[in-house]
Amino acid sequence: MTAATDVAFAVLAVAAVLCTVRLVRGSSLADRIVALDALLVVIVSGIAVHAARTGEGTYLDVLVVIALLGFVGTTTVARFIEHRGP
Amino acid sequence: MGDVIAAALILAGVALSLLAGIGLQRFPDVFARMHAATKPATLGLILVLAGAGLRVGDRGDVAKLVLAAALQFVTAPVAMHMVGRAAYRAGTELSPATTVDELGESGDAPPGPVDGAAEAQR
Repeated sequence: MTAATDVAFAVLAVAAVLCTVRLVRGSSLADRIVALDALLVVIVSGIAVHAARTGEGTYLDVLVVIALLGFVGTTTVARFIEHRGP
Repeated sequence: MGDVIAAALILAGVALSLLAGIGLQRFPDVFARMHAATKPATLGLILVLAGAGLRVGDRGDVAKLVLAAALQFVTAPVAMHMVGRAAYRAGTELSPATTVDELGESGDAPPGPVDGAAEAQR
């Protein structure tokens, strides 16, 4: 299990870097929101992989909170760009 | 045996995250990137959470994982739908490779920012 979670962490790190590059380069606000949402999914996956590695659920509350806050943030900025333009 | 299944589920879900990252780099415009980025938000996360659920022992922890998965299933499509609609109405440029633009043809959603008055009439 440790080997599998090692690989999973490495893959998630690459995915996080790719999302961050798009977050910085952007070119429009909508691009950045999409990249940030994907980055939050990577973070939530990372917490779940950590829980699978150790077998303990200490950080699962954080996982639920991040999943909820990601939705609120994405929706808020979407409303914002709808009125302001890209 | 359970560990092998958990590892397979986790690796499959994580691979989807990697594909989303690659898609964010390679695709030409917001809407195509959104298409890539929403795959791990539902399917990928469900796979990873299922794999973690097989590994954590406590029943309450499994309940938290199920709660997170259910929340993500309800909220992720709604959030990305809102982003797509907002990006289109705000006049985001479409890729030159776009072949069908049904919103533009129907005349329902003129490009450019929508002000509060036009929204109230709708």
